Amino acid sequence: MAVLLLGEVTNGALNRDATGKAVAALKGLGDVTVLCAGASAQAAGEAAATIEGVARVLVAEDPLYGHRLAEPAAALLVGLAGDYDHIAAPATTDAKNIMPRVAALLDVMVIPDVSAVIDASTFERPIYAGNAIQTVKSSDAKKVMTIRVASFDAAGEGGPAPVEAIAAGDNPGLSAWLNDEVAQSDRPELTSAGRVVSGGRGVGSKEQFAIIEALADKLGAAVGASRAAVDSGYAPNDWQVGQTGKVVAPELYVAIGISGAIQHLAGMKDSKVIVAINKDEEAPIFQIADYGLVGDLFTTVPELTEKL
Amino acid sequence: MKVLVPVKRVIDYNVKARVKADGSGVDLANVKMSMNPFDEIAVEEAIRLKEKGAASEVVAVSIGVKQAAETLRTALAMGADRAILVVAADDLHTDIEPLAVAKILKAVVEAEQPGLVIAGKQAIDNDMNATGQMLAALLGWSQAAFASKLEIDGDAARVTREVDGGLQTIEVKLPAIVTADLRLNEPRYASLPNIMKAKKKPLDEKTAADYGVDVTPRLEIMSTREPEGRSAGIKVGSVDELVGKLKEAGVI
Repeated sequence: MAVLLLGEVTNGALNRDATGKAVAALKGLGDVTVLCAGASAQAAGEAAATIEGVARVLVAEDPLYGHRLAEPAAALLVGLAGDYDHIAAPATTDAKNIMPRVAALLDVMVIPDVSAVIDASTFERPIYAGNAIQTVKSSDAKKVMTIRVASFDAAGEGGPAPVEAIAAGDNPGLSAWLNDEVAQSDRPELTSAGRVVSGGRGVGSKEQFAIIEALADKLGAAVGASRAAVDSGYAPNDWQVGQTGKVVAPELYVAIGISGAIQHLAGMKDSKVIVAINKDEEAPIFQIADYGLVGDLFTTVPELTEKL
Repeated sequence: MKVLVPVKRVIDYNVKARVKADGSGVDLANVKMSMNPFDEIAVEEAIRLKEKGAASEVVAVSIGVKQAAETLRTALAMGADRAILVVAADDLHTDIEPLAVAKILKAVVEAEQPGLVIAGKQAIDNDMNATGQMLAALLGWSQAAFASKLEIDGDAARVTREVDGGLQTIEVKLPAIVTADLRLNEPRYASLPNIMKAKKKPLDEKTAADYGVDVTPRLEIMSTREPEGRSAGIKVGSVDELVGKLKEAGVI
């Protein structure tokens, strides 16, 4: 059995946390080959080679892969698919864009958001915003899947595994990149952070979100948000935690002014310790919080920031 | 340009899913069902394109049980012009996999020749997030998934996408598949007169067999269970007490 894993490479850099957790999920199935594709990907490939459990790294460097467009990335994976039984990627937005395309081109079903690997054909995945866990057994010859990385442990150091350059695949020529709007931040990345502080509708405005950010910075935490806060323009879309946003499982998750809709809980309920601060003592978030503080966030959160 | 919008009948957004006692799946008997929220956004976007003159006709299509006709009537009441129901299952609890749905949609696209397909990015029941991308693959079309902004410009579409790092804007050649994310628009409510009018709009009924598509699942559902529960902890009375508890827990 052999596994091809699409490494998460953004602007030439490997997301080691997500890629490593996906390796940890899959290494029991066979030799794991990590594919790093990008306009520059050599450094990412060398980083991937040091993840424990990686047998080999393939590097496809070409401007075609610089902006993670689905069509060329899927064509590259399909071209390599013949040698592998499992073709997988960490369940990032890029992979969710690319992997179903790969699966359909191979005439197999995609198995998204795998949260446990039972055997080579059988996997668990959450459905209904995490309100149910389904075990599915694939009858397809190849398994194309994405890995819910929050469900797996980080991979250790290993290798280095051999790194091999490969030729670019075809250019389907269907789409073109125009621009990225990416906020620069010194904070930890949301999905791999050990601590996350999130704000919801209760925060009230974009300006008042500074209260959430101040606490996050004091804790060295990433900042998250509920859908309501993002929809209201208080926080950017890439901060959204939940069913259709990011899934996080930090050591500490602080939910502030978040009522706790099931769609939000789907993205954070596997956190180790959950703190909820909300003025409404009936808020559903308190039903899953380890420590709940009923009170006005505008006084309690600055006080907490000061006392830490 | 004709716009095709696939819509799915799913458990209502506000209903908490309950796993059946025998572990065979989520109980959908006597549960309120609605249009998948992401598909409502897709329908709304298609209607707005028509209102702006960028689209000539909006065709809604649903694949599933015959009751999905109600979901199509909702799309028609919002403003779609006509609808196609493809009956592919008898049992309310049968979920047609995205690959089979994409194969049926491919056949519908070949018959209808739309210039654009707008789909919801994800159904809130199986949370697969796959049908649009799979349809693009089968057709050999471009795809713009997780759209928060869509502009048609001649034979191309400029699409801003919600991605992990923020936003990405790409240009795709038409025909293309766009999948709608949450912030593409706010769907309208159908007015009562429009609900009445929708009853007279054309709704064609087909079957999966009409399109020669085998809908046998590739993923056998072995079991469905409740997730591990998480029980409520304690309420603390003050910030000082909270800080103390967090120190005790070793997380700060």
